Amino acid sequence: MASTMLSLVSAALPLQENHKGKMNLGSSDRSSFLRKEKRNPFMKTKSFGRINMAIAVNTSRFEGVTMAPPDPILGVSEAFRADNSEMKLNLGVGAYRTEELQPYVLNVVKKAENLMLERGENKEYLPIEGLAAFNKVTAELLFGAGNPVIEQQRVATVQGLSGTGSLRLAAALIERYFPGAKVLISSPTWGNHKNIFNDARVPWSEYRYYDPKTVGLDFDGMISDIKAAPEGSFVLLHGCAHNPTGIDPTPEQWEKIADVIQEKNHIPFFDVAYQGFASGSLDADASSVRLFAARGMELLVAQSYSKNLGLYAERIGAINVVCSSADAAARVKSQLKRIARPMYSNPPIHGARIVANVVGDPALFNEWKEEMELMAGRIKNVRQKLFDSLSAKDKCGKDWSFILKQIGMFSFTGLSKVQSENMTNKWHVYMTKDGRISLAGLSLAKCEYLADAIIDSFHCVS
Amino acid sequence: MQRRRMMIKWAHDTVRRRFMSTSAAAIDWWNHVGHAPKDPIMSVTEAFLSDTSPNKINLGVGAYRDDDGRPVVLQCVRDGEVKIAGTEFLESVSASVSSKLVEESVKLIYGKDADFIKEGRFAGVQALSGTGACRLFAEFQRRFYPQSKIYLPIPTWSNHHNIWRDAQVPGRTFHYYHPDSKGLHFAALMDDIKNAPDHSFFLLHPCAHNPTGVDPTEEQWREISNLFKVKNHFPFFDMAYQGFASGDLDKDAKAIRIFLEDGHLIGCAQSFAKNMGLYGHRVGCLSVLCVDAKQAVAIKSQLQHITRAMYSSPPVHGILLVSTILSDPHLKELWKKELKVMANRIHRMRSTLHESLKKLGSPLNWDHMTNQVGMFCFSGLSPDQVNRLVKEFHIYMTYDGRISMAGVTTSNVSYLANAIHEVTKFG
Repeated sequence: MASTMLSLVSAALPLQENHKGKMNLGSSDRSSFLRKEKRNPFMKTKSFGRINMAIAVNTSRFEGVTMAPPDPILGVSEAFRADNSEMKLNLGVGAYRTEELQPYVLNVVKKAENLMLERGENKEYLPIEGLAAFNKVTAELLFGAGNPVIEQQRVATVQGLSGTGSLRLAAALIERYFPGAKVLISSPTWGNHKNIFNDARVPWSEYRYYDPKTVGLDFDGMISDIKAAPEGSFVLLHGCAHNPTGIDPTPEQWEKIADVIQEKNHIPFFDVAYQGFASGSLDADASSVRLFAARGMELLVAQSYSKNLGLYAERIGAINVVCSSADAAARVKSQLKRIARPMYSNPPIHGARIVANVVGDPALFNEWKEEMELMAGRIKNVRQKLFDSLSAKDKCGKDWSFILKQIGMFSFTGLSKVQSENMTNKWHVYMTKDGRISLAGLSLAKCEYLADAIIDSFHCVS
Repeated sequence: MQRRRMMIKWAHDTVRRRFMSTSAAAIDWWNHVGHAPKDPIMSVTEAFLSDTSPNKINLGVGAYRDDDGRPVVLQCVRDGEVKIAGTEFLESVSASVSSKLVEESVKLIYGKDADFIKEGRFAGVQALSGTGACRLFAEFQRRFYPQSKIYLPIPTWSNHHNIWRDAQVPGRTFHYYHPDSKGLHFAALMDDIKNAPDHSFFLLHPCAHNPTGVDPTEEQWREISNLFKVKNHFPFFDMAYQGFASGDLDKDAKAIRIFLEDGHLIGCAQSFAKNMGLYGHRVGCLSVLCVDAKQAVAIKSQLQHITRAMYSSPPVHGILLVSTILSDPHLKELWKKELKVMANRIHRMRSTLHESLKKLGSPLNWDHMTNQVGMFCFSGLSPDQVNRLVKEFHIYMTYDGRISMAGVTTSNVSYLANAIHEVTKFG
């Protein structure tokens, strides 16, 4: 046995040399490996009774792994933190800030957490589809409690890890049951949409959305591109407060979008990350989704509570699939579970309990609505002040009204990449290079400074 | 391939059907979506929950229960919650909390003085408990070794197969459990390791193997490690029960430490679901050991890239709890004590059940009940016998005969012993 082991070891040595593999395992250590006279720091010897075996430290299997590209959005916050200027302003990530530019934990969330702490509930696994109480209230919040799709049990709702996780479940469902089907995403859209569909191996293409000339919606382009797509494509729509542009279709435009989607037998796929944050009204912000559902269409809707309940870090959201029958909904739900189980087994409890407590309790729910209105209201005020400052300061008479027309946390300023860089390098204003600013990170006090920065970047940099 | 063609045909048929229909009524996109098979483990709990018998026993899911059959929230966890209450935790998990969690997690596995940790020669990221850590590694494996396979022991936790399959890494198996001895099939295991192509990826349970409870001895682990060196295999450990096997955290990590001594650069999935009772919070860690700190940074960036498209960032509450408990010496000591209590109760139940079966005069050898380690006992019961236990005695377990000892209590152990004896007394 001993001698066999030894011969195996010596036989193994040339094997290491021969292995080329796809990765570069190159290291000069191997050449000294075989020279036994010279003491090699990577060689350790170990006694096993009568046998002395040479055991070398492996060169890593993952030699060839390169650095992944930095995330463009999160990278902004990192750069901001590293900046020492007093004037710095973080308009990068879409996380809500108070007028004092502090993070904000909603009162209803604090209350819900206290309730949970008092109750001392256990920490058992949730079912794969998530907390039943959460799934119930989240669907009701989205569609309205009395909506036929809910009464007829035609919605398959599965708790997901916020918007990202819910989108990923849906993407996996599409890949499995509609192989080859494309997802149409707006140009531009939230950067992570592409990553999600890429990693899920779902092909995507873009439909025109943002018109730089009007800093508004390229509606004709949008309709045209949706029409031109192969039948049976999935059309990714932002339910409200489009990210990154802040430009939403009007109700009439939504009707026309629904028309063309039905005409082409596409499936609408909503990403609802800002319900309540757009207009301040939870119901109003769900009207696009409800419009489509009312037409009897089957649709997918991903939801997130990161922004509207400030539960960013708890990762709470849901994927809803509205089907034509209760049976189909049951089957779809079972398949979503089958996708979730090998991803993370079952979703996290904490955020789900908070939402279930807030949305499920009439008093807390009303309180939430008020806090929602306050948050959305602050953003509307900031938009107004920014618009006023820009209009007052801009001597060239540019029309800045798009700031007021846009809705939600973000504004697409129309600044180019170079101009956005000027915002950061000269003015210490951190934003994404596509010209997107997060109004949630802007205070009334800073509006004038920002206006100066924008005007300077716009007119003096090209 | 055939199934894929079928799916595409179905999708096209559906589309054609719709194109011909003129009504705007609800159209059925999901016609071709069948019912997924029930998860074998979760469905046991579902069946248990709907059973109204007062004698029912749930020996399905591996979640710890106290001697009254109730779920437990550890005192160290309750104390931890009070400590973190009101902490304003926003946006994605702040870098310092994440790195604290990872740092404490890897210390548990590799030992707090491990060179790797001091020199930053590892890539560590938080993960969604053990499942998430395995899936993250599987995705990473496929990305950088697209032709590779994963070798899984026979048997293993059923979800392992799902995880690597969904990550599109083909699965292979290696011998592990010997049904005759109800122990380790060591010779066959070593053969399979030897016969696998060099540089294969293997998944190993470092302690408290799930579902069998059968673990290699220390000597056997050393031999396995040596053979891995010879074959240049990649060892990936799924550590779900550290502390639960022997009651001692370091002892339960022995297998991994042996591999480390031998110079392997391993990967390890770690879960806090069982040993901290944080099941629903989904807290775990994935670590990959590297040649140097620079490579560690690169690998970590790739892992984070994968998570960004899956769920962006992990849920903070559990991470905060674990990092608080592990970095507070008092809470950490409390945890270790509570872990011992849980492990001891399981040992006691194993002995008691074993004794009871002997006393009943069972013709079978039940030594494996006390030889096997951890939460699970691979009873050796056949699917028919399991079925009888469910139907006649309202005792629930998975059909492979796996018993979760955590579900056995002082008050139900006699009933259980009787029931097992009933269905096995005639061999």
